[in-house]
Order: sequence, then C-alpha cells, then structure tokens
Amino acid sequence: MPPLDWGALAPTLAVAASGLGLLAADMLTPRERRERLAWIPLLGFGAAAALSAGLWGSEARPVAGMLVVDSAACFFYGLFAVIGILTVLLSVPYIRREGIQFAEYYVLLTFAVLGMMVMAAAADLLMLFLGLETLSVALYVLAGFLRQRVTSNESGLKYLLLGAFASSFLLYGVAFLYGATASTNLDAIRAALTARAAPGPFPAVGVGLILVGLGFKVAAVPFHMWAPDVYEGAPTSVTAFMIAGTKAAAFAAFLRVVPVAGVSLEGAWPDVLWILAALTMGVGNVAAIAQRNLKRMLAYSGIAHAGYLLVALVAGNPLGTAGLLFYLVAYTFMTVGAFAVLIALGRRGEENLTLDAWAGMGTRRPLFALSMAIFMFSLAGLPPTAGFMAKFYVFSAAVEAGYIGLAILGVLCSVISVFFYLRVVVVMYMQEPGAEPVAGLLSPATALATLLGVAGTLYLGLFPSDAWEVAVRSVQGLAGAGG
Amino acid sequence: MTDLPLLSLLTFLPAAAAALLLFLPRERLALLRGLALGATAADFLLSLQLYAGFDAAVAGLQFVEERAWIPRLGIQYLLGVDGISLPLVLLTTFLGLVVTAASFPWIRARAKEYYICLLLLQTGMLGVFVALDLILFYIFWEAMLIPMYFLIGVWGGPRRIYATIKFFLFTMAGSVLMLLAIFALYFAGREVLPSPTFALPGLLGVPLAPGQQTWLFLAFAVAFAIKVPMLPFHTWLPDAHVEAPTGGSVILAGVLLKMGTYGFLRFALPLFPDATRAFLPVVAWLAIAGIWYGALVALVQGDVKSLVAYSSVSHLGFVMLGIVALNLQAVSGALLQMVNHGLSTGALFLLVGMLYERRHTRMLEDFGGLFRVVPVFGGILLLIALSSIGLPGLNGFVGEFLILAGTFKARPLYGALGVIGVVLGAWYTLWMVQRVLFGPVRHEANRSLRDLTVAERCILAPILLLVVWIGIYPAPLLSVSEASLRALLARVEQGPAAAESAEGRAYGRPAPPRGSAAALPAPGGPS
Repeated sequence: MPPLDWGALAPTLAVAASGLGLLAADMLTPRERRERLAWIPLLGFGAAAALSAGLWGSEARPVAGMLVVDSAACFFYGLFAVIGILTVLLSVPYIRREGIQFAEYYVLLTFAVLGMMVMAAAADLLMLFLGLETLSVALYVLAGFLRQRVTSNESGLKYLLLGAFASSFLLYGVAFLYGATASTNLDAIRAALTARAAPGPFPAVGVGLILVGLGFKVAAVPFHMWAPDVYEGAPTSVTAFMIAGTKAAAFAAFLRVVPVAGVSLEGAWPDVLWILAALTMGVGNVAAIAQRNLKRMLAYSGIAHAGYLLVALVAGNPLGTAGLLFYLVAYTFMTVGAFAVLIALGRRGEENLTLDAWAGMGTRRPLFALSMAIFMFSLAGLPPTAGFMAKFYVFSAAVEAGYIGLAILGVLCSVISVFFYLRVVVVMYMQEPGAEPVAGLLSPATALATLLGVAGTLYLGLFPSDAWEVAVRSVQGLAGAGG
Repeated sequence: MTDLPLLSLLTFLPAAAAALLLFLPRERLALLRGLALGATAADFLLSLQLYAGFDAAVAGLQFVEERAWIPRLGIQYLLGVDGISLPLVLLTTFLGLVVTAASFPWIRARAKEYYICLLLLQTGMLGVFVALDLILFYIFWEAMLIPMYFLIGVWGGPRRIYATIKFFLFTMAGSVLMLLAIFALYFAGREVLPSPTFALPGLLGVPLAPGQQTWLFLAFAVAFAIKVPMLPFHTWLPDAHVEAPTGGSVILAGVLLKMGTYGFLRFALPLFPDATRAFLPVVAWLAIAGIWYGALVALVQGDVKSLVAYSSVSHLGFVMLGIVALNLQAVSGALLQMVNHGLSTGALFLLVGMLYERRHTRMLEDFGGLFRVVPVFGGILLLIALSSIGLPGLNGFVGEFLILAGTFKARPLYGALGVIGVVLGAWYTLWMVQRVLFGPVRHEANRSLRDLTVAERCILAPILLLVVWIGIYPAPLLSVSEASLRALLARVEQGPAAAESAEGRAYGRPAPPRGSAAALPAPGGPS
C-alpha cells in the first residue's frame, strides 16, 4: 500500500477529527455547558474550508487512488464546510428550544459532512457508496432526533426505509458495472467501456441503478415521494442541512459518475436526464403551490431546484457544469437563509409554520421579514439576487447545448414558482397581523446565519464574477465537463 | 460633458437614497419625505445636466460608461443614452419628482417603505433606459417588478393582492422567454464575433438567418407587448391601475408602459430588422385593435381610474402604430407621444387621486357639476383631457398628428383606422369630463368639496407647463431624437448590411460632434 497523502486528506481529516473530538469533549463537559460544544464543529468546518482553499488548483489521488482531490473536490469541500457552519449556527438556538441539546447531534452532523466530502472526491464507486452511507446513516438518526415527536419519528423511519432501499439500488448498480468491467474505479470502468465497440446491456443497467440511487438522494421525480414528509418531520435545522447538503453531495457524486454514464448509456443518457429534469421541475413547482405549511413548501421547492440543477447536467457542457456549482452555492445561501428565518420566527413545537401565522410579519419583525423576502425573490430567480444568476448560468448552458425546449420549460416553471414564493411575501407584507403575539427567538446565531444568507444571496447576485471564475476553474479538470 | 459617471450617478442616486432611508427612524416623517424629495429633485437636476450635455447631432450613444462585469461571458456594465432614451430618462426623473411630492398627503401608513419602493423603482426604470448590455438591461427590467409589486400590493386598493400578483406573473412570463432569446442571440453572436458579448452594439453586427430572426423577434416582442400592453396581453393593466395607489398608477402609466415601447425601438427593431418588417402588419393590426378596443371599453367604465387605464391601452396603441409605420415622422411622433402620454395620463391619475382623497369614490355617477364647486380642479382636468385627446396647441396634438401623418404616408388604411380611434378618444374623454364637471350637482357631498390646495396646484403646475410648452414648441424634444431615429430607421429599412455606415455612427463609440442639430420641421411639414 502506498504511503498516505496526508496533505490531500487534510480537509477530510479536519472534519473527522472534530467529530471524534466532540465525542471526547462531550464526556468532559458538564451538562450546562454543552452549548459551547458547538464551537468544535465550527472550528472543524472552518479548518476544512481553509485547508481545501489551499489545495484548490492542485490534484492528488490519495488512498491508493480511491479518492481524487482535485479543484472540483476542493470546491465542494468548501461548500460543504459553509453548509456545515450555517447549519451549526441554525442548530444552536433550535436544539436548545426543542430540548435536544446533545453532543451527538453535532457528532452526527460532522460525520454527515464527512460522508459528503468522501462522495465529492470519490474516484471509486465503493468510495462513493461509503460516503453515501456515512451521510445517510447520520441523517437517518438526525431526521428522527426529535424523539418525543411522532412526525420526527416518522421522518427518520421513512428516510431509513426508503434510503436503504435506494442505497441498495446504488450498490446493485455498482455490482453490475463491476461485473461488466471487473473494476470499481471510475476511470478504469470508463477506459474499459471506451475500449469496446459496444458497451452492452450490463453497464447500462448498472448506470441506471446508480441513477436511481442518486436520484433518490436529490429527490428527483419520480424518486421524490419521501422528501416532503421527511423534510417536514425532521428538526428544522436538519431539514435545512439535508435540503442543501444532501443535494450538493449527490450532485457532486453525479459529476463523478457522468463520464461513465455517458459511455454506458451513450445517447440515451441526456434523454433520461431530460425526462427526470422536466418531471422534477414540473412536479416540484406545481405541488409547492398547494402547500400552506412553509416547511413543506420549502421541501417541494427543494425538489423543484433539484430539477433546475438536473438541467445543468442535461446540458453537459462546461458552462452547465460550472453553472451547477454556482447554483449549489447560491441555493445554499438562499435556502438555508430561509430556514434560519423559519427557526428565528418559529416556536417550540413549530406550530406556526403555516402561512397564516406569518401575516403582518413585515411590520412585526421587519428585518427578518425583509430577509425572508430577499430569499423568496432569490428562490424565485429574480434579479438582482443569487437565484437569478444561478438560473442564468444553468439555462444559458441549456440553450448553448441546444436544449431549448427544456430551457423554455424551466423558465416557465420558474414563473409558476413566483406564485408560491411571492405568496409568502404577500402574507408578510400585505395582510394584517393576527392577534397572537409572535415568538421571537432573537439569538445571535440565527441572526448571524440569516445575515450570512442575505449577504451571500445579494453578493452572488450583484457581483457574480469572482464566484463564477472559481466555479469555472474548479470544473476544468473534470472529465465530463469537456474542459 | 464631464468625467463624472453621470449615468451611473443618475441611475443609482435613488437607490442610494433608499438605502439611507432604510436606516432612518420611521417616526421622523418629515425627514423621510425630505430625503426622498431631495433625492428625486437631485436626480431630476442630474437628468437636466444630461440634457444640457447631450449633443443632438450625434446619432450614436453618448455618456457611455463601460466596465467589465462578468468578463468570462462578455457581460458588461454598459450604459449610454441616445436620442431615443434621453426623452424617457427625462420623463422618468420628472415624474419621479412629481410623484414623490404628490404622495406626501396620501401615504401615511408605512411611509418609509413607500418611499424606499418608489426610489428603488426609479433606479430600476432609469436602468432599463440606460442599460445597453442585454443582461444588464434584463436585470433592471425584472428587478423593477419587485418595488412595483410592493407598491400595488401594500398600498393598493381592496383587490390589490390579486392585481399585483397578476401584474407580476404576466410581466415575468413574457420576459423569461426574452431571456432565452437573449441567450440564443449571444450564442449566435459567439460564432461570428471576435469575442462573445451580450452588449447591444456588438450583437447588432450578428447576421441572423430569417427563421432564427422570427423566433427571436417573437420572444422579444411578446415580452415588450405585455409591458406596453398590446392586445391581447393587456388584461393585467386595468387591474393593476385600479388597485395601485395614485403614485403607483402615475408611475405605471407614465413610465412603466413606455418600457415596452422603448424595448421595441431599442432592441426588437434594430436587432431583427427583417422580422420586424415581416411582422409589421400583425403589430399594426394589433395596435389598431388596441386603439379601438381600449377606447370602446373606456366608454363604458363607471370608475374614472379604470377609464383612464383603458384609455392607456388605446393611447399606447397609437404609439405602437407610429413605431411600425417605420418612417421618421411617425416614429418621432411615437417617441413624443410616449412622453405626452406620461404627462397627461400621469396628470389625470393625479387629479383622480386628488378627487378620491376628498370624496373617497371614483365612480362617475357620484360626480357631476364639479366645475362650479371646484373651478381650479375643473379647469386643470379640462386642460389635461384636451391634451389627452390631442387638441391643437397642446402636446397630444403634435404627437398624434405626427403618428397619423406618418402612418398615412406608409399605409393609408392604417392611418384612416387610427383616425377613427382619435374620434373615439375624444368621445370617451369628453364624456368623462362632462359627467364629472358639468351638469347639475347631484350629490350633496359634492357641494362642499375643497378646491385644490396650493401644494396640489404646485404639483400640477409643472405638468401643465410642459403640456402647453410641448404643444406650442415641440422642436427641442423632436430634434434631440432625430439623428438617432434616422439611424435606427436606416437600419430597419435597408437591413444591417446596407445601413453599415449609419450603424457605425449610431451604435459604435460616440462619434465626434459634427455641426448643429437639424431640427425637425414643424408638425405637418414634409420630413
């Protein structure tokens, strides 16, 4: 076995170390000081972000070529660290309010991020599976973390059952590819398949099964049935993490699989994705219209956004791949920001997540309402916010690749989405407040998370150039990006 | 001309003031109003400075500001004005100032947010008129929806939420397709241009196949037609107008609708000259249908505001008719008529708002005989109504005359059908005036109406002044736009290749000034 490349593994190790450190620190910390444990994952994620920024631009294949730490992986490391930091900021006040203040919460969160990092850097299908399972197992527990609440239990159980089902699809797909090429290494599989005149049916079946597994994780229609219930039942901070984090990790994995998939399915690959993207955008947006519960609305909105991201995959050009990265960053800021406001204005038991409870929020909590309005406009894809620039890149990529029909469908779906995003703004600003007092959880951590969300959303909307440059350079080394 | 980035200042001054307002305490109402008024006044002065420094002899862009924004994709921060946008910039800053001042007594609830929205809206509208990079333009075009959405939705009438969402969805549905067309144009340009760009001057040099032109033209035209609004995309307008607060209505009618017609002149026509000529009859017939339909529906409205809203559909039909006549006379008239409509319809909405403040009704049946009770109000309403129907000596006449004369020259049939629209316009407007001002006083509440206050007179006075001034001496406004319109028409008429020289002048770097402006002949003269 070759020596380990510690430098390339450093970001992953930083996160793993903070998780293990948490476990140790938990035993040494008295109950009333547990809140301070949140600093450990924050430090771990911060270190991971800094280390991956240092690695960005180089390429290494540590762990006997099982992982590939290239610019794209470093980009995702950074993104996951940001998602992790934002989630911790959301969690601090939330888990205190809900009475689930256990160190295990942060431990699981840290390991979930670790799994995501492994997925993003997977050069081998086994690593991909390993990362996915690390992420999923942590999330099964986190989704059900509100032990006292039935909906949370349901959420955890549902995610576990369907998640395990999806994981086995993925594993079965890996087995097919291994059977066809005698390798689980993505480059080796690709090389073996390109060497043949025709790939034959096995690789196609394998890639199809992997697609089901990953499609489940991004909640692409028709593999989305679990998403609304799980997102609604899980603790709100966990929902925010799942909706932004799992999606980003699964799309990172998609980018790794794309070269193999393209060879295995040949011309059918974009067609399959085309259908998935169209269904996902359509069902996500139309179903969101019917939602009166904000958390559930954001869950369907998450499905819809997975559809826009799939459009970038369909396009399959450098513009689209970089657009996918940019989109994930933009989506993180706007959706986690929206969840931060949900938590800030929510109450224990979360009974006021219905739309009606938000009436008159514009005058009662002007700053949070303004932030929420910005997030809603951004999710709807209106300039001058990050959401617009993200859609701009993705749809221009689709037009460049000649998928005009899909682009038209996509922009029309965003017009539909304006309706339900704006409804939140209507309720906040244009309806009279109810008699009930608003609970205000004005913790500095949620305020900071909201502020970061607003700052990211506006910065990426007004000055997208720098982030775009980073995204473009990050995907230059990817095989499927054509660069 | 100065080295100051005048256009950036002009565009972002209101937004900066809005940001400042955000941090002021809401109790200090006088301070809030003062700041908003000061900002719009300063903005108006800046636009006058622009006018003073503008060289009417130059067809091309002036005050150009160019900075890289997203260099990798060739997206620029590119601003500039020419003779087409300058009058609209002036109109925007002028109406912005008027509306801010006029809103003082009307807006008591959430005044701070109101002025923030108004100021942001002004930045958005100015941005639309000065942006020359298609993406930058699109961003202003869409972003401007947000403050308008709040203006209607928060400060509007009883059905405001329905109206504002309808307004938003209609406009956005049209513009997203334009965005895709912009992409397609960009990728077509990438094939032939040395460096890919979203900037209009660069894209004008892209040769397009006729089929491609058709689709792209349609995508642009639908987006603009919804904004104008042209039949059959007009249904959002009456709702939005009736529900909007008076200030919102003035801006909506005065400036927002012009963004659609401006879009045709600035983008759709020069980018797709062949498709423009091919679709000319369609647009012309829709314009005529709009003139007639708007007028006929206005006739039967019981609500004054709704009547004025439908009259806008009719008036904008004239503007579109003038644009597609594709000769200098008619297009100059259309541009002038955009300004005229902004002034007279803006004033009408202000007057309706002032009346509503006093009587809390806008129904025609609740009025009658007001001339005797409130003579100053009556006089101003009469004057504005006459300007709106195009009485010689007032501004509306010049614009309508140029449009119809030019249209007659191009297509006599269209001109004749348009003239009937003028008659219909006189009918519903004068009938409205008659039912409000003349006859016996039928309602007791009307006997004790207060006439216009000094403040209200001061707000209306500048509009009246312009209405009369443009009516008597339109040459300054017409001459500003002549050179730019000539270049535009040369491009549309002869196609890009033939108009190579004109295009170089019109859309390249600002050409050195040559000679003095050749003003348009007086209305009616040969051109």
